[in-house]
Amino acid sequence: MTPMDFLLLTKGPLFSLAIAIFALGILIRLFEIFALGRAHNYAAARGNEVIPGLKTMYRRFNPDPGTLWHVGFVIALLLFIPHIELIKSTLGVSWPGLPNPVVDAVTAITLLGLVAVLIHRLTHPVKRFLSTPQDYLIWTVTFLPVLTGYLAYHRLINPYPLALGLHIFTVEIFLIVLPFTKLTHIFTAFVARYYNGAIFGRKGIQS
Amino acid sequence: MATSKTLGESLRQHGVSRRGFLKFCAATASMMALPPSMAPAIAQALEKARRPSVIWLSFQECTGCTESLTRSFSPTVENLIFDVISLDYHHTLQAAAGDAAEHAREQAMNTNAGEYLVVVDGSLPGPNANPGYSTIAGISNYDMLMDTIDGAAAVVAVGTCAAFGGLPKADPNPTGAVSVQDLVKDKPVINVSGCPPVPMVITGVLAQFLTFGTLPELDEYGRPRAFFGQSIHDRCYRRPFYDKGKFAESFDDEGAKAGWCLYRLGCKGPMTYNACATMKWNGGASWPVEAGYPCLGCSEPDFWDAGGFYKALSVPTGSPGDVLLTAGAVGAAVGVGAGLMSRNQGKQAVKHHDKVTADQLEEKL
Repeated sequence: MTPMDFLLLTKGPLFSLAIAIFALGILIRLFEIFALGRAHNYAAARGNEVIPGLKTMYRRFNPDPGTLWHVGFVIALLLFIPHIELIKSTLGVSWPGLPNPVVDAVTAITLLGLVAVLIHRLTHPVKRFLSTPQDYLIWTVTFLPVLTGYLAYHRLINPYPLALGLHIFTVEIFLIVLPFTKLTHIFTAFVARYYNGAIFGRKGIQS
Repeated sequence: MATSKTLGESLRQHGVSRRGFLKFCAATASMMALPPSMAPAIAQALEKARRPSVIWLSFQECTGCTESLTRSFSPTVENLIFDVISLDYHHTLQAAAGDAAEHAREQAMNTNAGEYLVVVDGSLPGPNANPGYSTIAGISNYDMLMDTIDGAAAVVAVGTCAAFGGLPKADPNPTGAVSVQDLVKDKPVINVSGCPPVPMVITGVLAQFLTFGTLPELDEYGRPRAFFGQSIHDRCYRRPFYDKGKFAESFDDEGAKAGWCLYRLGCKGPMTYNACATMKWNGGASWPVEAGYPCLGCSEPDFWDAGGFYKALSVPTGSPGDVLLTAGAVGAAVGVGAGLMSRNQGKQAVKHHDKVTADQLEEKL
């Protein structure tokens, strides 16, 4: 297989397969969770639910490498022009992007942040104890698209069809793994935070 | 077959000065990334070269490659180089027709057995395909190629069709087209891809072969590294706009007028390896990107099937929007079903829950 064959495979059938598994998996999980509903709370409410719920969604961010790389990841994913072109062709919506050197710098910080949190996980005794093989798996499938994207942008892998093919391939692994691992937190984290804050708010407790 | 005259004699007869000839040799040396000291060596080798016999086979092609070659800006020296090789068989350029033409080919093959160069332009129906899709003088392309390369020194596949199958091989490939390198295994094959290739690249490859008698250094696709070693993107004069994030969004917006990067209009420059950005076309006048048109990636294998010409390189080739919608709808339906089932299970469990009083529990103690 030539690098071009590889690129066409990843851009065509593999991409369709990956987003099919992703959409099917993530929507089954989300709708299953939401269709379950919540048990009715018969106790009289002591406070508001909505405002503490919304506050909790953003209040738990700490200015640490963990937050930093998450923000960097989202910026690189949503504001890099070639990614916007991909989203426009798939979903039909688009928005302005950032200049490439800005995305490049953000990506470099994201990579460093990801390495930092891995080192922290490995050296901190409690975190190390709590870590399961799945935690290392999702770190790897998250790190690889960022790394291959950085290498492709700087053209450090030759020929370019191989570099771009590897980047798309690692993204496809990410998309396929996402619905079946802790990566679902991309969709559930803010919902869970809202519930948490709302439950405490109803009880009249500051969360 | 006038093979007695050397190239040097022939050039002088055509009125090419020694100075012009040496300038060409220096340009060839720099094109092939050789040190300037190699220019006299090239001159010496070319001067002494006997007119080598070249047989040009045209199969499933559009004659664009020949058109390109003949545009190598007359009267430049590279055009004369082609005049002075002995081009013994070429459909478009030869005077002979019919049997006489085929005789010319056979005669060239017999006289120069083991020494002649075969240039192929166009793909051909493979050995398992219907040979009737393309024949010349009643001979199938496949038979003619196999017969002709028998005594060849090397084969040069000119154009993307000959090098990689090109347009005839594009999905669904009705003629079962294959490239030259798919069929020729026992002779050296040099791929000069492009749709069409830059004229100077065609003549440059032939000049290198005449000078050194060896094959140029080739990349993984069998293309000479001297010309296909760097991507269009890396040599593009619009690259600073890509780096700054300034993109034309349509063919007539302010960005396009200001000469910004054509990535969003479908430029395939980042994945394309060719010499257009450095050698340009029409005697160095311009090249597609300079004319405001995105690179199609024509020197790469399967470029016809590599996504729409006006779609950005990052856009998938399938229809991921439809896949996403279908899979999403199925996922949502299955998810709601699964959720309702679990809910129902919970209700059933409550329903079948036997009530136990404190007395009953006490009895069990």
